[in-house]
Amino acid sequence: MSSYTVALAGNPNSGKSTLFNALTGARAHVGNYPGITVEKKVGQVRAGDAMLEVVDLPGTYSLTAYSAEELVARDFLVDERPQAVVDVVNAGALERNLYLAVQLLELGCPVVLGLNMMDEARKMGLRVDSKRLSKLLGCPVVELVARVGMGVGELGRAAAGLAAERQGSWKPMDISYGPDLDPALAEMTTKIMSKSLLTARYPARWVALKYLEGDDQVKEQGRLADPELASWLEARAQEVADHLRATLGTYPEAVVADYRYGFIASILKGGVVTRDDLGERIAVSDKIDLVLTHKLLGPILMLGVLYLVYQITFTLGKFPMEWLQAFFAWGGKAVEAGLPDGLLRSLLVDGIIAGVGGVMGFVPLVMLIFLLIAFLEDSGYMARIAYMLDRVFRIFGLHGCSVMPFIISGGIAGGCAVPGVMASRTLRSPKERIATILTAPFMTCGAKLPVFILLTSVFFPEKQAQAMFAMTLLGWAMALCVSWLVRSTVVKGESTPFVMELPPYRLPTWRGLGIHTWERTWQYIKKAGSMILAVSIVVWAAMTFPGPSEDKTAAFEAQKAEITAKIEALEAAEAKPEAPASEPEPDAAKDGNTKQEMAGDPEKTATPSAEADENSLEALKAKLEDLNKAQAAGALASSLAGRMGIALEPVSKWAGFDWRTNIALVGGFAAKEVIISTLGTAYSLGKVDKEDTAPLAEMLSAEGLSISAGLALMVFILLYSPCFPTVVAIGKETGSWKWSAFAITFNTVLAFLLASAIFQAGTKLFH
Amino acid sequence: MPTPRSIRHLKVGEKAQIDRITAEGELGRRIRDMGLVPGAEVEVVGRAPLKDPVAIRLKGFTLSLRNNEADFILISPPEAQS
Repeated sequence: MSSYTVALAGNPNSGKSTLFNALTGARAHVGNYPGITVEKKVGQVRAGDAMLEVVDLPGTYSLTAYSAEELVARDFLVDERPQAVVDVVNAGALERNLYLAVQLLELGCPVVLGLNMMDEARKMGLRVDSKRLSKLLGCPVVELVARVGMGVGELGRAAAGLAAERQGSWKPMDISYGPDLDPALAEMTTKIMSKSLLTARYPARWVALKYLEGDDQVKEQGRLADPELASWLEARAQEVADHLRATLGTYPEAVVADYRYGFIASILKGGVVTRDDLGERIAVSDKIDLVLTHKLLGPILMLGVLYLVYQITFTLGKFPMEWLQAFFAWGGKAVEAGLPDGLLRSLLVDGIIAGVGGVMGFVPLVMLIFLLIAFLEDSGYMARIAYMLDRVFRIFGLHGCSVMPFIISGGIAGGCAVPGVMASRTLRSPKERIATILTAPFMTCGAKLPVFILLTSVFFPEKQAQAMFAMTLLGWAMALCVSWLVRSTVVKGESTPFVMELPPYRLPTWRGLGIHTWERTWQYIKKAGSMILAVSIVVWAAMTFPGPSEDKTAAFEAQKAEITAKIEALEAAEAKPEAPASEPEPDAAKDGNTKQEMAGDPEKTATPSAEADENSLEALKAKLEDLNKAQAAGALASSLAGRMGIALEPVSKWAGFDWRTNIALVGGFAAKEVIISTLGTAYSLGKVDKEDTAPLAEMLSAEGLSISAGLALMVFILLYSPCFPTVVAIGKETGSWKWSAFAITFNTVLAFLLASAIFQAGTKLFH
Repeated sequence: MPTPRSIRHLKVGEKAQIDRITAEGELGRRIRDMGLVPGAEVEVVGRAPLKDPVAIRLKGFTLSLRNNEADFILISPPEAQS
């Protein structure tokens, strides 16, 4: 059986991904092109008796070299030389879509044209004579409705057929570029041919054309291959450019584009496309847009839609999230029961299961939010959101498209900054992208939520919902302000053009939504999952070692042994009711007293008393439990993280944080949800569940923390260093660990300054 | 010859024909890639709530661009060239 590589090219919004999914189904692999953050999807499909390896190229409008996507697409075509290239075009917008097709043909690729969305084109009153189009372009044309799978099999067979027929040979098509360019083009082509400049990669005329267009990549390659010829070509191209500017006030690139469109227009004129006589029907899309982008209704509806996304995510996501968390809790218990007490058990239960479980518990929420975002994107509404918000975002040095990374990161509380940072790929300009990536972590992500729920229940019990909402707004405000700051200092520069397509509204398919959602969720699981595993182990180690001194451990063990002995005696006594209860042991209390008060006050729980119920079985068991918690708190205090927390206290007291909070915040670097469980241990409450924070809330209230301290803490948690998985994502997406380091330090310093200001002002005002 | 008008000055619902595109470099390339070329008929179909960006209709699809980008696209009334 023969096998061929088939590349899938096409404009964004041409239905390329839908076709890819329809062709390859679930057998696709998603990854990145090496070294670049452009997505690479590869899948296999059987077409007749051939096996096709389908590579989904990034969606582009053109094959110039100005965006990463275009370079990736072009380099793939010339380096891998796929046996066939399927160009997916939107039949409803043929003229614009054929611009890419013509460039593919000029490059010489064996092209199969996939006329997609034929159903919509027909609805718009368009008729396309695909046989005639095929004849004029000299390539097979297949009509498609990829959404429902129509024509997909035929397309596969056409691609396989073309691949077999052409046997990997490339035949570039020539287009005339008019009296100003053609002579120069011919002259340059001859020279290139005679010296074989770059002809192993590209057709000679194409290279000449790129010189006229001023393509930086080709110019550079030319200089490397043959400096002498290259400088001649560049000089010749300059000559042509100067001439054009002087005579026509234009430049070669514009002329090339105009002639290409002219060529397309001439092809389409010959009866290929006919419109019904119904006149220009206002498409349904336009009617919807009259409402959805209305100057008053539009923003209101947009807020409504965003609010609805939030509501659906949380009401529906709650249940599977609880199930998963219960599953991991059960797993933790099972391991706890199955293994003897010790470091290994602690590593498995507190490090790995707790850490990974923390991330996996969010998977249902992440899936739902991705599903809804995929719906907004596939339906075409996302582009409208960008359109409506661009003016506002531009003030802050961002782009209308920045809204999506913000929302995914938790702009609607409950997202996650890791996929949010990854979503910033949709931004073309590197500057606006960096600003978006750096500020997205300020949003109230799903891991910060339980912490805020806890803190608001303590400090604003009457106005919890309002306080939560205020935190979300503060996240937005800070993201916008900081991005303005970043864009006017570290990443200065003009804003990128907002020439963006507003695709017509369409109802997304379940299949498309499912695949989009799964791809992104899987990336989240992989990236967040593997990183958090490593970091949970590191943080577990920081919170476990070096551990308390041997004396202290011995003292605790002695106390525990004593109480255990008493319990055993009591239990034995209960079996024989006449046996006398043993005397309470005051030594244990003294022992507790000599320990640092940091160890969570074991004395309180171990105070001996003459009262009879002090020695009841329940009381003793409770005492043992408290002792265990006190020991855990003591161990935490003496660990590396604990020592850091204590060492930081002189500084952190400016913001109203004590050493226990500091430990929790250090732990929060691994993942923000760790803050709660660490606070629980530090306040010697044992493990505190994210879902049931009541005991910790009571403890915090009992500690008498002021509102200003609570507010300072909330603001600090909202803004300080992104969690480790996000830091990794930032490094990968910006391609530089410099930005990761920047995010850690800048955000922490900013958060600390703000928290201190709040605490100091609050203390002054309320005392 | 009347002073050249740009797309910015079109009202919603107004149609025109593209005369010249004065943008160069990345913006110029991007505008052309999207099918905004001399001779193309455009219609302004909407403006964002803050009057910027503007949505324009070309044959078969809708584009949005900012006002300061629209300035580079000079137009003439549709009947002037037909």
